[in-house]
Amino acid sequence: MKQKKWIALTAILVLSLILSACGSKDTSSSGQSSNGNNKEELSGKIVIGGSTALQPLAAAAAAEFMKEHPKVQIEVQGGGSGAGLSEVSNGNFDIGMSDVFAESKSNIDASQLKDYKVAVVGMTAAVNKEAGIKKLSKEDLIKVFTGKVKNWSEVGGKNVKITLVNRPDGSGTRATFDEFALDKQTPAEGITQDSSNTVKKIVNETPGAIGYLALSYFNDDSIVKLAIDGTDATEDNVASGKFPVWAYEHMYTKGDPKPLVKAFIDYMMADPVQSNIVPAQGYLSVTKMQVERNAEGKLTNK
Amino acid sequence: MENKSVVVQMPSSPNNEGRSLIQNNKKWTSIFNRNSEWRGKIWIYGSAIFVILSVIAITLFLTVQGLRSFVVDHINVIDFITGTEWYPDRAENPSYGALPFIFGSLMVTILAAMLAAPFAIGSALFMTELAPKWGQKVLQPVIEILVGIPSVVYGFIGLSVIVPFMRDHVGGSGFSLLSGALVVGVMILPTITSISADAVRAVSNDLRSASYALGATKWQTIYRVVLPAAKSTLITAIVLGMARAFGEALAVQMVIGNARNLPNAISDPSATLTTIITLSMGHSTAGSVLNDVLWSLGLILLIISYGFILLIRFISRRGQVS
Amino acid sequence: MTSKITNRIALSVIVLCALVMTATLAALLGYILYHGLSAISLSFLTKDSSSFQAGGGIKNQLWNSFYILFATMLFTVPLGLCGGIYLSEYAKPNKLTHFIRSCVEVLASLPSIVVGMFGLLIFVNYFGWQYSILSGALALTVFNLPVIVRVTEDALQSVPRELREGGLALGVTQWHTIKTIVVPAAFPGILTGIILSAGRVFGESAALLFTAGLSTPNLDFSNWNPMSMTSPLNPFRSAETLSVHIWQVNTAGITPDIQTIANGSSAVLVLCVLGFNLFARIVGKFIDRKLTGKA
Repeated sequence: MKQKKWIALTAILVLSLILSACGSKDTSSSGQSSNGNNKEELSGKIVIGGSTALQPLAAAAAAEFMKEHPKVQIEVQGGGSGAGLSEVSNGNFDIGMSDVFAESKSNIDASQLKDYKVAVVGMTAAVNKEAGIKKLSKEDLIKVFTGKVKNWSEVGGKNVKITLVNRPDGSGTRATFDEFALDKQTPAEGITQDSSNTVKKIVNETPGAIGYLALSYFNDDSIVKLAIDGTDATEDNVASGKFPVWAYEHMYTKGDPKPLVKAFIDYMMADPVQSNIVPAQGYLSVTKMQVERNAEGKLTNK
Repeated sequence: MENKSVVVQMPSSPNNEGRSLIQNNKKWTSIFNRNSEWRGKIWIYGSAIFVILSVIAITLFLTVQGLRSFVVDHINVIDFITGTEWYPDRAENPSYGALPFIFGSLMVTILAAMLAAPFAIGSALFMTELAPKWGQKVLQPVIEILVGIPSVVYGFIGLSVIVPFMRDHVGGSGFSLLSGALVVGVMILPTITSISADAVRAVSNDLRSASYALGATKWQTIYRVVLPAAKSTLITAIVLGMARAFGEALAVQMVIGNARNLPNAISDPSATLTTIITLSMGHSTAGSVLNDVLWSLGLILLIISYGFILLIRFISRRGQVS
Repeated sequence: MTSKITNRIALSVIVLCALVMTATLAALLGYILYHGLSAISLSFLTKDSSSFQAGGGIKNQLWNSFYILFATMLFTVPLGLCGGIYLSEYAKPNKLTHFIRSCVEVLASLPSIVVGMFGLLIFVNYFGWQYSILSGALALTVFNLPVIVRVTEDALQSVPRELREGGLALGVTQWHTIKTIVVPAAFPGILTGIILSAGRVFGESAALLFTAGLSTPNLDFSNWNPMSMTSPLNPFRSAETLSVHIWQVNTAGITPDIQTIANGSSAVLVLCVLGFNLFARIVGKFIDRKLTGKA
């Protein structure tokens, strides 16, 4: 009686092994049979992965793209910007998503990768309401984040202790904020959270807290959107280059992309995505930017 | 370890199979039956080998990967373990000091054990000495459900309840070592309780009867007889709980604040080895220094876990001797 | 007199401890269900999750959780059973047994994140399976195996010696005795243990972050071809489970209804774990009755 169970289990194991063998073959072969009679129709598989910030945008665009081209399969994975860059260099991802320039990661050969800037994200400091602060000079902001100033009263606010909320090492948001808002100064230690939602929650709930968030998170009045050097952190000011704290969202391919991947990236950069999905997810469209920035942070007019 | 198996090993040859009394008459099963002994042994030894292999593989791969930052990136091991400054991202002169995280991990572990152990052992005594029926009917399911609640949910509740509570009553931002220890303390409560209950149950009833016969009260019996007799297993239970607390990642990360310097007080935000790994792993590129040092943190985690196991062995061996 | 008072006080403290523990559970469950139940609806359970709009569901995550659980159990149960049988019935008291026991102990107390990192290194990168159900299930196998081994060993140990001797005395081989007498006798205990460990696997997240991934394709439940990427059965697609989903929406979610989704998912997760516990109890009782009824 009991043998049956063993047989069944063995059979299942063997079956799953066979399945896995077949499955791995499947992932390696891109470009599935398109039956020949419609040669223009795109087909095949794209694997996209990396930045979790960009993931929802890519997933939404991919869903639309797959609706138009039902024979295309696009898999959007997370993993983080670092994973996105390493995996696309290794050839595991067709497209690697990143919040930072590949040049900023020392062990990535950026010359191998082709950069597509698909969106822009603006960010600014988020301040708890009880601090009584709406704007700061960059100088004061740096003092606050480097710990030289411990109380909001020293920079013109109320008598409340300052609590810093940072992002983890390697995070694109942190890199951008440190570079363009803090002029590459290293912030002092404080609470560190990866999640924008958690940062917002902490800043909202903790008296005197300051952190930084993408502009799309300032969608209610629970936190104060800080103006830096007298410039409001608005999308228009980011687009015109007046407000300096912003970064590109990148999609990288290894060398020139395959036709299918190219088609998807073109779709990403074209109007329906750039004017609908991109703003809906809180990003700025690259087409609206009046300035350009290179990997060294140099700003030029378009 | 003593061999608990009392079965005499039978001389086994494939021919013995035919004599099996409990036979299945179907033709096709008899084909499988023939080599049953042999097949069973393959499964069983295969499984034992699998266990050994996975332990060796985990240890080996994590060690190799974890040593990269010392061998390839030439970070000084001593500086890594004793340094207090963690700025792997700083452009000029980055520093990799993991001491705050090692300290944070150990502090959370110890505090959590201190918070959980009294309640756990108390509950274990209740289950076994005071009200075995209630213990079986109510506390046993409670323990099983507490074990089953996912750590993410614990972290989520910690973030929504404990952090604001700490902020209002202890001060600071609410993200602190203490919050982390509280969340983890609740998480390890069931682990310690169930092992402690087993330990107390294992104490021979003769000892209890002897104590009552001498006119001792229930508490005197528990305190003077039962607890000393179960002592070494109770300590093992606590250490096992600590091992679990030590490895907890997500729940702690949500409430501890992840500040990368040494905390001055238990109400200060802090970080543990696990939280730094989960926070930065996705942001680092494979083969970069940041990635390598994260693997080194993983290696430290592994080494300290081994430390806990050795500690448990030491305690139970001493318990057997005395 | 004083010893009586001490007795009273000490016993009250013990009762208090038990009460605190029960109250903790009640508070936890109450909190989760109070906040979460209102979020659960049929559409929440049957809709795809949304990446940025409100009103996403958890259908795929729920499916992934069960699928990974199933795959994990597929690997763990045979291996764990055999490991347990080995340790309980075959192992002789020598260095090797000692070593295997130590290995089980090591596996049991490894932090789940270490297991996750190992999975990332081996299954995801080295074998190139990417973030997938297979990688996740294998990592969870490493994580769950020692539990099953222990449960099996304990259950087998509690089988009376006479049963084994009876079998052996009839001239049946040892393996046959184990298979037809000892394991069936220990079956209720093993099954309860397995179901309880299923609850733990179901809620695990740290080991899955690095192995099963943080995303899931929108599954097409009419497509049962395991090779297809949108097929629910494909073991090579990335699969965000329910507990990872809670983590993920809290961390990086940009939908307006994060709180609702997190609350609802937590409640569903806890209800599932409760279900497992209840199920284990009922099954245990049922088998117990059946066995004793037969005998």
